[in-house]
Amino acid sequence: MEEKQNFTVSVYTENNVGILNRLSAIFLKRHINIESMNVSKSEIDHVHRFTFVVIVPKTLIRKVVGQLEKQIEVIGAFYHTEDEIIYHETAMFKLSSEFLYDEKIQDKLKFRRAHIVTITERYFVIEASGLKEDIDRMYDKLKPYGLLQFVRSGRIAITRPKMAISELLKETI
Amino acid sequence: METSNKTIVEEKALKPVKISGAEAVIKCLLAEGVDLAYGYPGGAIMPIYDELYKYQDKLHHVLTRHEQGAAHAAQGFARVTGKPGIVFATSGPGATNLVTGIADAQIDSTPLVCITGQVSSHLLGSDAFQETDIIGISTPVTKWNHQITRAEEIPEVIAKAFYIAKSGRPGPVLIDITKDAQFGELDFTYKKCEKIRSYRAVPKLDIEKVKAAADLINSAKKPFIVWGQGVIIGQAEAEFKAFIEKTDIPSASTALGLSALATKHPLNVGMVGMHGNYAPNVLTNDCDVLIAIGMRFDDRVTGNLETYAKQAKVIHFDIDPAEIDKNVKTDVAVLGNVKESLTEIMAFINKGQHVAWLQEFAKLYQKECEVVINDQLNPTKEGLTMGEVVNKINQETNGDAIIVSDVGQHQMFACRYANFNKTRSSVTSGGLGTMGFALPAAIGAKMGMPEREVVAVIGDGGYQMTIQELGTILQTQVAVKIVVLNNSFLGMVRQWQELFFDKRYASTVMKNPDFVKIAEGYGIEANRVSKRENLDGAIKTMMASKEAYFLEVVIEQEDNIFPMIPTGASVSDIRLS
Ligand SMILES: Cc1ncc(C[n+]2csc(CCOP(=O)(O)OP(=O)(O)O)c2C)c(N)n1
Repeated sequence: MEEKQNFTVSVYTENNVGILNRLSAIFLKRHINIESMNVSKSEIDHVHRFTFVVIVPKTLIRKVVGQLEKQIEVIGAFYHTEDEIIYHETAMFKLSSEFLYDEKIQDKLKFRRAHIVTITERYFVIEASGLKEDIDRMYDKLKPYGLLQFVRSGRIAITRPKMAISELLKETI
Repeated sequence: METSNKTIVEEKALKPVKISGAEAVIKCLLAEGVDLAYGYPGGAIMPIYDELYKYQDKLHHVLTRHEQGAAHAAQGFARVTGKPGIVFATSGPGATNLVTGIADAQIDSTPLVCITGQVSSHLLGSDAFQETDIIGISTPVTKWNHQITRAEEIPEVIAKAFYIAKSGRPGPVLIDITKDAQFGELDFTYKKCEKIRSYRAVPKLDIEKVKAAADLINSAKKPFIVWGQGVIIGQAEAEFKAFIEKTDIPSASTALGLSALATKHPLNVGMVGMHGNYAPNVLTNDCDVLIAIGMRFDDRVTGNLETYAKQAKVIHFDIDPAEIDKNVKTDVAVLGNVKESLTEIMAFINKGQHVAWLQEFAKLYQKECEVVINDQLNPTKEGLTMGEVVNKINQETNGDAIIVSDVGQHQMFACRYANFNKTRSSVTSGGLGTMGFALPAAIGAKMGMPEREVVAVIGDGGYQMTIQELGTILQTQVAVKIVVLNNSFLGMVRQWQELFFDKRYASTVMKNPDFVKIAEGYGIEANRVSKRENLDGAIKTMMASKEAYFLEVVIEQEDNIFPMIPTGASVSDIRLS
């Protein structure tokens, strides 16, 4: 069996109702679990950008991206390996205020991309951003304090190779 | 001033008129040249049916007896004409009843424009009466779908729907229109869609790829072509024929590619796949260059991929980039419309001659005749065989009929034994294998090509899946010929049970009704034969009839279709018995 690896899939689409369903159906059809997903606007007006992370063999990701690309309202679909992208995720942790002055917690916050964003009498909120592993590490450290809430965003990624969306749009117009 | 007056008059003429969304739907269809549609009414689509009534002299609506029948009829129409089939259905159950037909059209690349009614927009999501999320349900089985909630969207969306259904690799689209959008008003103007910025219908042909393909073909000692429906959809039959005749390459069809090249053409070596011919299957694993044209290496064609044509260099001509390397790794992929690609390649290919190689096909065909074909066509046992029935239909129609087959043993017999002279003469449910396809599809095919004979070949099982469409025949008087090959079994499944499950015939025995009486109940002339000496006459009588006709042929109960590639086996391990 071919080895599985992390792929970040970027899909540029028209901004219409129902596209997410159409894209996710293609992963579903092949029984692929989506590890993370993010939707936002892109660098081009009225063009949306989906970022999926999936763990699959390379031969499979090529086929999946071909099938994503083929959807009528998809302008372009690309896949990249970890070393071809600059990426991160953001997470928020809600903890009880009783730990606010806990020295060990203070220690943990020394990680350079974590800081407290809100403090109230009952709770405080830490925001952290970085690689998935950074956040996983942070999670493991904070878990013993009894997380009141935890949430993590989907991966967002900028690719090192060019994705020539504007050119694609020009060609088909 | 005269000139300014003229401008005013022109502006008036261009000034859009206010009409209802429902009327706009009909006007859009008329603008697309539609004069025939299939469907079934209901609450959420009544405004559109009201307009169908008003426009009935321009747009003929055929009431089928089930929405699945409407979808398959539209498919039959589309497959023989190349034009999109039009389907109407109401919301909820009407829409869900279409799903099988839509899925069938998607996997067999058949253009359909399906229009469903939907509950009013203010009710969406509230589990209103007959509300189903047909957009969600149909997403994985449509080329495109869209919900309209405002009347003004109708012209643009329908224009897009037609463009998408027809262009590139065709497929079904579904438009769901809320009832308030049907009642709403709009200023109507219609402009056909010719481009969608996010969609490239036909990839740009890369001439370097064409040259690379030509080089491989020119140097091949044992080249072999497998063609599919792409040749028919791309209207490339003439280019294909010129190409194979110049190169002298033995060519085999997929089930869906049948009739693109005449069955009797000397370079036509039969059909590939699970129940295809012996020679093309065996020699797939002997050729040095495999040239796939407008086909997609379905698993029923390739058998076990691990042992499929591993020795060969593979060239793949296709319009759909997602098909390249999907199942079989190619050495050269030529993306584009095959009509264009095959035209371009002619300048780069040499005239070929492959006498000895063709001889190998002939030899294996001889073997297939000895073990399988002779016995089918001139059986020694008492019971009638499916092969001899199909052969008699051939003889009686001179191979000029459109054969619409259902799914099962009879389908494979129809594909293997029918003689096709003209393109678009074989209509069958390939990718989805939908039992119940043939009767409604034959109705659509006959309406699409009224001047041609249309013969539906159906098993006793599949016939009963859409038997209600006899009502459509009664009402429209469409002159289809229906042949039910009755073996009192779900034959294909029974064959597998016999071969792989020690004859444990779980739920495959059929107790059947009196089919002749049923047909007669629908006002259709009907006959039954069970003896060889009566077969000829019965088929002659059927083909002589100018009207719809039903013929039941009682078939040997436990006959099998051979050759056969068992699941998971290699194409070259095809069994003759
Ligand atoms: C809708 C549907 N259900 C089940 C099947 C599975 N199936 C494939 S062939 C077959 C038997 C068909 O029997 P019949 O129509 O009598 O034709 P025969 O094989 O006897 O020629 C069945 C059940 C199918 N293809 N389609």
